[in-house]
Amino acid sequence: MIRFDAVTKQFPGGTVAVEDLSLTAPTGRITVLVGPSGCGKTTSLRMVNRMIQPTRGSITLDGQDTSRMNEAQLRRGMGYVIQHGGLFPHRTVLDNIGTVPRLLGWDRTRIRARSNELLERVGLAPELGERYPAQLSGGQQQRVGVARALAADPPVMLMDEPFSAVDPVVREQLQDEFLRLQGELGKTILFVTHDIDEAIKLGDQVAVLRVGGRLAQVAEPAYLLAHPADDFVADFVGRDRGYRALQFQETPRLPLRSEPTIVLGEQPTEPYAGWLLVVDDDRRPVGWVEPHRIGTRTVSTGDLHRGGTVATEHGSLRAALDAALSSPSGRGVIVDASGSLCGTVEAHEVLTAIEGTRRPERRGSPA
Amino acid sequence: MTWLADNWRTVLDLALSHLYLAGIPLVVGLLVSLPLGWAAKRWSRSYPALITTTGLLYTIPSLALFVLMPGVLGTKILDPVNVVVAMTVYTVALLVRTVADGLRAVPDHIEQAATAMGYRGLRRLLGVELPLAVPVIAAGLRVAAVSNVSIVSVASLLGVSQLGDLLVDGYNRVIWGELVTGILACVTLALLLDLVIVTGSRVLTPWLRVQGGRA
Repeated sequence: MIRFDAVTKQFPGGTVAVEDLSLTAPTGRITVLVGPSGCGKTTSLRMVNRMIQPTRGSITLDGQDTSRMNEAQLRRGMGYVIQHGGLFPHRTVLDNIGTVPRLLGWDRTRIRARSNELLERVGLAPELGERYPAQLSGGQQQRVGVARALAADPPVMLMDEPFSAVDPVVREQLQDEFLRLQGELGKTILFVTHDIDEAIKLGDQVAVLRVGGRLAQVAEPAYLLAHPADDFVADFVGRDRGYRALQFQETPRLPLRSEPTIVLGEQPTEPYAGWLLVVDDDRRPVGWVEPHRIGTRTVSTGDLHRGGTVATEHGSLRAALDAALSSPSGRGVIVDASGSLCGTVEAHEVLTAIEGTRRPERRGSPA
Repeated sequence: MTWLADNWRTVLDLALSHLYLAGIPLVVGLLVSLPLGWAAKRWSRSYPALITTTGLLYTIPSLALFVLMPGVLGTKILDPVNVVVAMTVYTVALLVRTVADGLRAVPDHIEQAATAMGYRGLRRLLGVELPLAVPVIAAGLRVAAVSNVSIVSVASLLGVSQLGDLLVDGYNRVIWGELVTGILACVTLALLLDLVIVTGSRVLTPWLRVQGGRA
């Protein structure tokens, strides 16, 4: 547990970066600090490992005052990930990952084994281990950054906008894998971002900071979306917060209809008006097609309309609604856990389901 | 050419002592400049003072410095140590700034990552900062090497032998072969040292030679 107790940071020159911040990041959970630039989120993060010293107040780690701990030891016990990974360009990927274990004096074979294990854990091929950071893509570098932070298995991870320098598709992958990893590891994580969507997706708890380093609200994401404490938070959380809140609601049983399909590479057997769903050999949806446009040809990948998103059976209501809204046929594609087709659902049916799930929100506390 | 054919043993001997008088100061100067450059980077207030002071050393005329050395060191006037120490002073004059700038050029996010990992002191310097400063330091070392090879020849006027002897003797006795040999030998020696430094720098920076590699 990381606990900020009335922490203030005033820089020489008078700028107050953080003012009277009291906040608890519970053990084993992800706490996201989010806010516009100049809100002191990075400063707050760096006060935890004492890269910046607080002017007033205290920060405790599991009840121990960090200002009384040995600086280097404190840091080696905390994983730290920054934008672009902050990798050492002169070290190979494996040597980068082994940085903290080396500083801790582990023996060579143990460092080697641990580094290889982590390389695999963050989803990188073993042959990348001997490469230098410059030879990796941005997303791969970021994964190495996470692996390096995890190397000595620290209970605490500090992450400063780790995914903001990669493109949106890669970012989403990294976020998903980060959540999967956290599901296995259960670290106490303090995560800084300026992106409210990322905060809401990743945080067990989200702390919104305003310019000048004052805490505006801290709450679970769903509560934050439903009950912003003031106009600043409401503004920051954004316009479509009602829609986004749906991602925290698991889809109830939807009235799925069975959907006529055609297998990729086959030709339409009978005349069919409107959109027809194309699946692969394992009944996984690959896209939509208008049969009258291909006539008696076989359906090839070039004919596919890929605009529609796909939602999983027990996924969020947001995904289900999005699948319906984005589908060219107006019928949202729902698949099971293995990705094969369950059926389709229309937008109004999802809305009916949403109406049926209205229930009291989980509690959170305004600051 | 006939002159060289007749005197190649002498030329080789002189070249070796030239290499010694120019090369040893290069190594010692680098070792002295590393802590000074590091200090200039570490305490940013000391940077202007350290850089200006060491830089000014380079403006002392070499002949004056060579002559001064016995007085400072208590050595004999003909002792080659005078030349070695004076050349070291010049090397330091050139390298302190290079080392400081090389260390300062380490990107901020890498410095911060190093701090956050718990790197400090000597381990941080040797493990992170110095390796990344190698290309800049090597560039400065190349300038110092050429400068040393050229300045050392002045030591002939004090009677410390090296390739400069060929220039002085060739000039005084108007032996063109000797004069040209002296010049060519100096140039060859400078190129040789340059090659050693470039090769050393390449060996120390394998990451710069990979596709997309950068400092």
